[in-house]
Amino acid sequence: MAKREDIKKIMVIGSGPIVIGQAAEFDYAGSQACQALREEGYEVILINSNPATIMTDTAVADKVYIEPLTLEFASRIIYKERPDAILGSLGGQTGLNLVVELAQSGILDEYHVEVLGTDLEAINKAEDRELFRKLMYDIHEPVPESEIVHTIEEALAFADDIGYPLVVRPAYTLGGTGGGFADNEEELREITDNGLKLSPVHQCLIERSISGFKEIEYEVMRDHHDNAIVVCNMENIDPVGIHTGDSMVVAPVQTLSDREHQMLRNASLKIIRALKICGGCNVQLALDPTSFHYYVIEVNPRVSRSSALASKATGYPIAKLAAKIAVGMTLDEIINPITNTSYACFEPALDYIVTKLPRFAFDKFPNADRRLGTQMKATGEVMSIGRNFEESFLKAIRSLEMKCDHIQSKELSGYTKEQLWDTVLKNDDLRIYAIADLLRKGESLLQIHEKTMIDLFFLHKLQHILNLEQKMKTSVGNMEILKKLKTYGFADSYIARNWNMTEKELYDLRQQHHIVPVYKMVDTCAAEFTSATPYFYSTYEEENESVRSDRKKVIVLGSGPIRIGQGVEFDYATVHCVMTLRECGYEAIVINNNPETVSTDFSISDKLYFEPLTIEDVMHIVDLEQPLGVIVQFGGQTAINLADKLVERGVKILGTSLEDIDRAEDRHEFETMLHKLEILQPQGETAVEVEEAVRIANRIGYPVLVRPSYVLGGRAMEIVHNDDELRIYMATAVKEISHDAPILVDKYIVGKEIEIDAIADGEHVYIPGIMEHIERAGVHSGDSISVYPPQIISQKVKDTIVDYAIRIGKGFRFIGLYNIQFIVDKQERVYVLEVNPRSSRTVPFLSKITGVPMSHVATRCVLGHSLQEQGYPEGIREESGRCFVKAPVFSFAKLRSVDTTLGPEMKSTGEALGGDVTLEKALYKALVASGVKVPLHGNVLVTIADEDKEEALAIARRFSNIGYGIYATPGTAQYLHEHGIYVRTVGKINDESDKNVLDIIRRGRVNYVINTMSINKDVAEDGFMIRRVSAENNISCFTSLDTANAILRVVEAQSFTSISMNELEE
Amino acid sequence: MKERKLILEDGSVYHGRGFGSDVYRIGELVFNTGMSGYQEVLSDLSYCGQIVMMTYPMVGNYGINRDDFESIDPAVFGFVVKECCEAPSNFRCDMSLDEFLKLKHIPGIQGIDTRSLTKKLRTSGTMRCIMADADADEKEIVKKLNESDILHNQVEMVSIKKPFPIPARGKKVVLMDFGAKHGIIRELTERKCDLTVVPFDTSAEAILALRPDGVMLSNGPGDPKDVPKAIDTIRELIGKLPIFGICLGHQLISLACGANTVKLKFGHRGCNHPVINLSDGKVEMTSQNHGYAVEEDSLANTDLVVTHRALNDQSVEGVRHVKYPVFSVQYHPEASPGPEDANYLFDEFMNLMERERGVR
Repeated sequence: MAKREDIKKIMVIGSGPIVIGQAAEFDYAGSQACQALREEGYEVILINSNPATIMTDTAVADKVYIEPLTLEFASRIIYKERPDAILGSLGGQTGLNLVVELAQSGILDEYHVEVLGTDLEAINKAEDRELFRKLMYDIHEPVPESEIVHTIEEALAFADDIGYPLVVRPAYTLGGTGGGFADNEEELREITDNGLKLSPVHQCLIERSISGFKEIEYEVMRDHHDNAIVVCNMENIDPVGIHTGDSMVVAPVQTLSDREHQMLRNASLKIIRALKICGGCNVQLALDPTSFHYYVIEVNPRVSRSSALASKATGYPIAKLAAKIAVGMTLDEIINPITNTSYACFEPALDYIVTKLPRFAFDKFPNADRRLGTQMKATGEVMSIGRNFEESFLKAIRSLEMKCDHIQSKELSGYTKEQLWDTVLKNDDLRIYAIADLLRKGESLLQIHEKTMIDLFFLHKLQHILNLEQKMKTSVGNMEILKKLKTYGFADSYIARNWNMTEKELYDLRQQHHIVPVYKMVDTCAAEFTSATPYFYSTYEEENESVRSDRKKVIVLGSGPIRIGQGVEFDYATVHCVMTLRECGYEAIVINNNPETVSTDFSISDKLYFEPLTIEDVMHIVDLEQPLGVIVQFGGQTAINLADKLVERGVKILGTSLEDIDRAEDRHEFETMLHKLEILQPQGETAVEVEEAVRIANRIGYPVLVRPSYVLGGRAMEIVHNDDELRIYMATAVKEISHDAPILVDKYIVGKEIEIDAIADGEHVYIPGIMEHIERAGVHSGDSISVYPPQIISQKVKDTIVDYAIRIGKGFRFIGLYNIQFIVDKQERVYVLEVNPRSSRTVPFLSKITGVPMSHVATRCVLGHSLQEQGYPEGIREESGRCFVKAPVFSFAKLRSVDTTLGPEMKSTGEALGGDVTLEKALYKALVASGVKVPLHGNVLVTIADEDKEEALAIARRFSNIGYGIYATPGTAQYLHEHGIYVRTVGKINDESDKNVLDIIRRGRVNYVINTMSINKDVAEDGFMIRRVSAENNISCFTSLDTANAILRVVEAQSFTSISMNELEE
Repeated sequence: MKERKLILEDGSVYHGRGFGSDVYRIGELVFNTGMSGYQEVLSDLSYCGQIVMMTYPMVGNYGINRDDFESIDPAVFGFVVKECCEAPSNFRCDMSLDEFLKLKHIPGIQGIDTRSLTKKLRTSGTMRCIMADADADEKEIVKKLNESDILHNQVEMVSIKKPFPIPARGKKVVLMDFGAKHGIIRELTERKCDLTVVPFDTSAEAILALRPDGVMLSNGPGDPKDVPKAIDTIRELIGKLPIFGICLGHQLISLACGANTVKLKFGHRGCNHPVINLSDGKVEMTSQNHGYAVEEDSLANTDLVVTHRALNDQSVEGVRHVKYPVFSVQYHPEASPGPEDANYLFDEFMNLMERERGVR
C-alpha cells in the first residue's frame, strides 16, 4: 500500500516535559517521526512544551509550536494551522491522552482532522482495564484472574475458584497500603479484613499472584495490511513485581527455549492484530518459570521507553517506521535503513547481548524510599552491548556513573548478612550488589534463587564473575588471566585496584601485551548481509570491524544516563555539536551509552560507539580513531570529568583547555581569578572542623550556605540561620569532615538570581541573553522559574552582568560555551556564584528563544572560527520583545518520602517553556505546561513559618481579593485573622477530626498549598507530611513565596477584583 | 576444557576450546542466525554432513530437554559456538548442551570469533572444515580437506529403512522421509492424519498401494539431485493425488516437473526470513534451512507457478502445479525452531485432500 496522498499537513504531538516514566526516549521517537514524515513529503506541524529537545528545533518540523500540551492550546493551533491529520502515538502517554481529549471535544470532527496511527478505539481497548480484559478473554489470551470484593466471603469464594497464591489490593489507599500476598485461607482472611478496613470505599481487588514469574517483553509492529513482526524481545532479570523501567533487562531473551519464545511471540502478534494497532506496540507478559503458563500483563499501544531501547538494541528504528506506517505505508515496501538493500518487514537477528540498567536519583535523595515496585522510580538508563552476559553487564554497571566499576557497592560495605538479605528482600535498588555480596559471603545460589526468583541462569553468571574475582586476586600480573578478565568485561580500574597498580599502568600493560578490544557492528542481521551501519560496540575478540577513515575526525563525548541535574539538555547540545562538526567537514564520532537519546541514533553521527564513558573505554576509541581531539564541553559533568585523564594520556581537548576548566572548577584558583578580574563573590571560607565552621559563620554573618566540598551540583547543600542549625547540619548531613573533606561555609546573600550562558572564541564573547529567576537565591537554578528577558533588574545591573561575563570569558580564556550564575542584592551589587566551563541546562532554552544556535556557534568557535567571522559581535544580543518563561517540572508523586521543599539541591526532572507577549501570559503557559492548574477561583491552603508571615499576609490578601477562599493551619490562621482576612482554620495533621489539614488536601478542597519550611524541628515533620500529601494528590504546593507570587500575578491578570466602596474609602 | 581448533579448506585456523565429543569429521561449515532453537537445529536431519555455527553468541542457555528434538539421532557433524553455557536453566532442562553432544558423538568448539567467521562464509561461501586437537598438523589437515569428496548419500544416511505407521482416524497421508523433522509429523498428527512414514526410495506403486489421501514430501539434507529415484517417484505420483512438499520436498517436486535447482553461496539458515504470499500480498516470517534453491528461470517451461517469494531478493519460496493438486514451499511451515506464521499451509494441505476426495 502506498503512502496517503489525500493528506498534506500533519500535526505531531510531543510528550512534553520530562518526568519519571516519560523521558528523552520521546525526543528520540518524536524527532525520528517528524523526519520520516518530511522525508515522505508531508508538511509537519509540531506541538511540544519541552524546549530541551531536538524535536522542538525549527529544523525538525515545518512549524514548531512550543506551547502547553492542553486541549486549549492544541485547539488554538488546529484553528490556526488546519492540519489534515494528527499523530499522537509518538508522544508517549501525554500525546495519546491529548489526542483522545481533542477527539472527545469534537474539534477533530469539526475541523476534519483525521487521527493517524493507531485509532482511538484501539487505544481505548488497550488502556481501559475492563475493555482490555474483555478483549483478551475474547481472543483467548490469559490475563491474571481478578475480582473486586466487598466482603471476606467474596474473597474466599474467588479463592475457591482459582486457588492460591493471591494478591490483595485495597482500593484507594496510598501506595497500596494494606495490600499483600495470601498463600492460604488464613492469610487471605486476615489481609482482606485489614484491607477492607483501610480502604475508604471498603473495597479490595483480589488477583491471582504472578509474582516470581519471568517478565518478558515483546516489541511488535503492525501495518494496515496486517503484516506484523517482532522487532525484539527482552527478558527482565528481575521477575514480575518490579516495574520494567526499574528492572535490569537483557535482550534478546536468554532463558526461554524456542517453544516458549514462539508461544509468547504468537500471543504478542495475536494481540497487536486484535487491537488493530498500526505502528509500534509493547506487550508485557509474565511466564511461569516452571510451566508453559503465561499471562498478558499489559500492552502499550504506542512507542515507549521500551521501544527506544529495542531500537537501540537492534538498530531497527521503530519510531521512524511507526510514522511511515501511520501515513499508510506497509512494512514490506519500506526499505530497512540499516542495510539499505532489504525491507523493513523482517525480524532482527542479534549476535550480541544487550543489558539495560536503570539510573536512580537516590544519590540526590538520601531520604527517598528505595524499594522498587510497580511504580517506576528511575530517571534514566544505560545500555551496553557485549558478546557475553558478564561483559555486557559489567559494562552497563560502569556506564551508570555511580562511582562503581564492578558488582560491588561501597554503600554496602560493612553490611552483615542480615542487612544484605534485608536489602535484597525489600527490592532495594542496590539488590544486585547485595546479592553479589551475599554470594561472596558464601550464601548459595539456590537460596538466593528461592528468595528472589531471579533465574539461576543469571545467578550462575554472577557466580562466574565472582569466581573470576578470586582468580584475579591470586594471579596478579598473569596475562592469560588478564585477557580472560577483560573478555568478561572487568574494568581496568577494578583490576588495577586489586593488583596494586594505577589504572594507567594496567592500561599500558595491556597495550604491551596486545590485550585490546575490537569493535563489532550492530547490523540487525548477525552479519548475514553486508551493512554499512556506523554503529559499534567493543569486545575482546579477533576481528575489528571499525575501520579508521583518513578524514580529519573529532570525538564528542555524550552525557550518559539521564539523572536529576544532567538531563536531555546535554544531549541536545551534543547533537548540535555533532551536526556542526559534520557540516564543517569533520568526521564526527560520538561515544555515549544512553539508549533513550537522539545522540545515540546512529544516523546522527558519522560513527557511534555505544560504550561506557570511562577513561578506559574512551581511550580505546581514541587509540583506534586517532582524532584531532576530543570535545568534552557538551556532555555535561560526565564528559568534563574525563578531561584531566584524557590530557594526562596526551589527548587534546578541543575548546576550553583543561587548565582553564580547572581554573573554573577549583575553588581556590577560581577565587584568585575572580579577585584578579575584580569581580565580587559571596564571602566564604573552608572549615575542617565543626567549631571552625561556627566561627566562620559568625564572622561572615548568618544566614550561611553550607556544603561539603566534595559534592557537586548542590548535593547536601543547606542554608542555615544560626549556630544551632549549623551544628545540627554538621551532625546529620555531613558524614565526614577533615582536611581531605572540608566544609564550605559561604555567605548566603538574599537577592535575585540571574543566569547567563555565553559563547567565547578565546578573544571575544557573545551573550545571547540574560535570564532572571523568579525564586530568590537559595532555590537551585534548575528548580527556579526562569524568565527572559529580565523583568526586574535595572539596566545598570544588566550592564554589570554583561561586563562581568565578558571579563570572565576572556580572563578564563574560554573557547566555547560557559554558564554563569549571579546574585544581585538589594544594593544592586552583583556577585558571581559559580562559573561552569561547559554547556548548561539552559542552552536549549536560550537558543530557542533568542534564535542563536548556541551549540552550533560554540562548536565552530572550538574549531577555530571566530565569533566575528560568524557574525556575532562582542556583547549581548538585543532583547526580544516577546517574553519567555521556563518552569521546572517535578516527579515528586513517584519518589516517595522525598521532601518537595525547594532548596539548594536540585529536584526537578524536566522543564516546560511558555512564551507570549506579556510576562503574565508567558507565565500562565509555562505553569500550565508544567502541570500546574491555574483556576480563576478556588481555595488556597496557607501554612507558613513565623518568619515568613508578614510576607505571606500580602499574598493571602491578594488571593482573598480575587475571590479565593483561604484555609490555614491554626497559627497562620490566627495571624491572618488578626490582620482582617477571612480564613477557615483547619486542624493540624494529628488532629483526629476529619477536617485536619491532610484531609483537606486529600479531598481536593484546595487548589494550591503554600507552605514554607520552618526551622522549628517540631513543625518540620508536619510540613513534610503536608508537602508529601500534596504531591501524592497532585495538588500544587509552593514552598517559595516567590512562586506563589508568580501564580498570583497570573490569576490576577485574568481576574477582576471586587473591593467594596467602603474599603475604598478606608 | 581442552583447546581445540577449527580448520577450514582455505587454510584458515580458528583456535578455541573443545566441548562435546572428540570424534572429528569433515563437514560443510554453515551458519544459522536463529537466536533460540539450537536443540531443534542440532537434531534437524537436513544438517546431515554439515558443521553448524550459531551466530548468536550464547548457546545452550536453556539446556537440552526431552521434547524439542526434530529427530532421534542427530546427523550434524559438528557444532560451533562463541560460548557454550555451562549452567543451563529451564524447567524442562534435562542435560547441558555439552553432555548432549558427548552422548551423540558430536564434536563442538567454542571461544572463536563466530561473527568474523560468519562474514568469511558470507563472502567466500560455505566451506569444508574439520575440528582438530590443538597439536594437530594443520597443513596436512588442509590438504586432506581439499582432497575430500563432498557427500552425496546424506538422504540415504538419515531416511528410515522400513516403513512404519502412525495410526489415527483421519486423512491417510504417506510421508516420504528424506530426513523428516518431527515437526512435520507433529503438524499432521495434530490434524488427525493417519500417517505412514516410508523410506525415501519407496516406489510410486508401493505408495499408491497404501491408497493414501495425500503424500507429504519431507525436508532433508544435501543436493536434491542426489536422489534421482525419488524424483522419478514424485513424477509418477503427480496427478494421482495431492502432494505437499517442504524444503527438499519442494526442490524434488520442482525437479520432477522439469525445473532446475542450484547451490546457494551460503544458503539461508535462520528464523527471520520474510516471505511474501503472492495470493494476498501478506508477509510471513519463516524458518529456513536450505543450501539449494529452485532456479526462477527454469520454471518457465514447467507447469509450476510461483506462489511465494522471498521479500528481499524475490527468489522462489513456493510453487504450485497449475493442473494438479501439488504445491510446495522452500521454508518450514512446521517451524521448530522459528516462527509459526506459515502454519496455515498444513491446513491448506488438509483442505486440498478434502477437495480432491470430492473430485474423485
